[in-house]
Amino acid sequence: MSAGTGNRTTRVVGLAALASSALVVVLGLWVTPPDVTQGDLVRLIYVHPAVSTWAFAAFGITALASLLYLAPRTRSQRWDMIAGASAEIGVVFCALSLATGSIWGRPAWGVWWTWDARLTLTALLCALFLGYLALRRTGGAIEARSKRSAVAGVMFALVVPVDHYATQWWRTLHQANTLLRTDPLIHGEQLWTMLASFLSFGLIFAWMLIHRFRLEQLEVRLESEGLAMALEARRAEGAPQPPDAVAAGVSVEARP
Amino acid sequence: MWRDAALVAGKDLRIELRSRVAINQVAPFAVIVLVLFGFALEPDRGFLTTAAPGLFWIAVVFCALLAVQRSFAVEASDSAKDSLRMSGLDPAGIFLGKAGAVGLELVALEVLLVAGIVVLYGTTLQGGTLLLAAAVAATVGLAACGTLYGALSAGLRVRETLLPLLILPVVAPVLLGATRAWEVALGQSADNGWQWVILLTVFAVIYVTVGVLAFGTLLEEA
Repeated sequence: MSAGTGNRTTRVVGLAALASSALVVVLGLWVTPPDVTQGDLVRLIYVHPAVSTWAFAAFGITALASLLYLAPRTRSQRWDMIAGASAEIGVVFCALSLATGSIWGRPAWGVWWTWDARLTLTALLCALFLGYLALRRTGGAIEARSKRSAVAGVMFALVVPVDHYATQWWRTLHQANTLLRTDPLIHGEQLWTMLASFLSFGLIFAWMLIHRFRLEQLEVRLESEGLAMALEARRAEGAPQPPDAVAAGVSVEARP
Repeated sequence: MWRDAALVAGKDLRIELRSRVAINQVAPFAVIVLVLFGFALEPDRGFLTTAAPGLFWIAVVFCALLAVQRSFAVEASDSAKDSLRMSGLDPAGIFLGKAGAVGLELVALEVLLVAGIVVLYGTTLQGGTLLLAAAVAATVGLAACGTLYGALSAGLRVRETLLPLLILPVVAPVLLGATRAWEVALGQSADNGWQWVILLTVFAVIYVTVGVLAFGTLLEEA
């Protein structure tokens, strides 16, 4: 395993993410027209829905990976790492979703925040997964920690479907689904730009997920091999300095 | 399973009765919370009466936190948890027993708190069936959910701070449902109170089920 977190996949995905983001920026800011009633505000739909959807997807992946970890037949530390990595990115996306929604809400509804079912549930979801991340950072035996977090991950993700259907089950200020219906409410270049934004944020999500997963692998490796490496370093301190290192001014000892 | 549950619940309640922590510390805490709400909000009676259901359930949630913390603190000393694990009791039974004990403690505290809001906030009790049904469903949900997360954070060094972070967002639906149902029962809102009772019941059923299924895994490892 290499010492970094990048590999060919992350480079390809990263470049694709950059390209698609650039495309969305051009389409969203210049090509698409302003909305009849909302004006330029409408351009936030090229960010907010995609970010929110991927936040939900991230928590879904956490739940799925947690279930796979809990099932004895598929138990593997990998699932635990994927669950953790996905939840972390999910929290970032969820916070972004709340922020962009708030920015849109101020001019459109006249308030930064309102106690509507969709908004409240999303904030709750964000808080729940912050708790999940705190639970993951508690230390102790790795097995115990993974099991605890897996149980919590599955339970917390139960809020996701409720949040998704909130706009249908309750009368909310937040609008109902625009795309997932037989007659999508937007058309033409706006629809295409929106779909491109979903793709772009999906690629960003995938890129972050792979990096975060590999970072976790490195952390685990440090945990298991760290002691041996520290011992090695101690031994090297006692050994005489190689002449070229001294000449280059590099030394392990601190100088006054 | 039920016999094991009764055994564990009996043990926990006996510890509470003998140690008197619940009576000497948690119950006064509950009353102090009510008094502090009185200080913080307009002591003008009208406002407190309107807010009484919400304040009542916030106080109950705080007490539930303490009860759950207490329920797992007694297992932490003298490696009591290991003996519980080795005892051969059904994990589902242990979960139901611990949740049952927490639930019964909460019922006692709720009776005290109801007396508190009647005396301090001038609430008039009415709408008996709805009031009772909402309280029972909410208490079962709080106890089951609290016990599950208590087990999740038991034995961790940071449990005192982690437990509130985990539990408070999770019990938000209970707080909401119980408060709305009580508002209806007390005649402050013309909503349909029973749909909130259904929400509370669904919450309770979910957490009792998850607890029965997952407690073995949590007990094994934590």
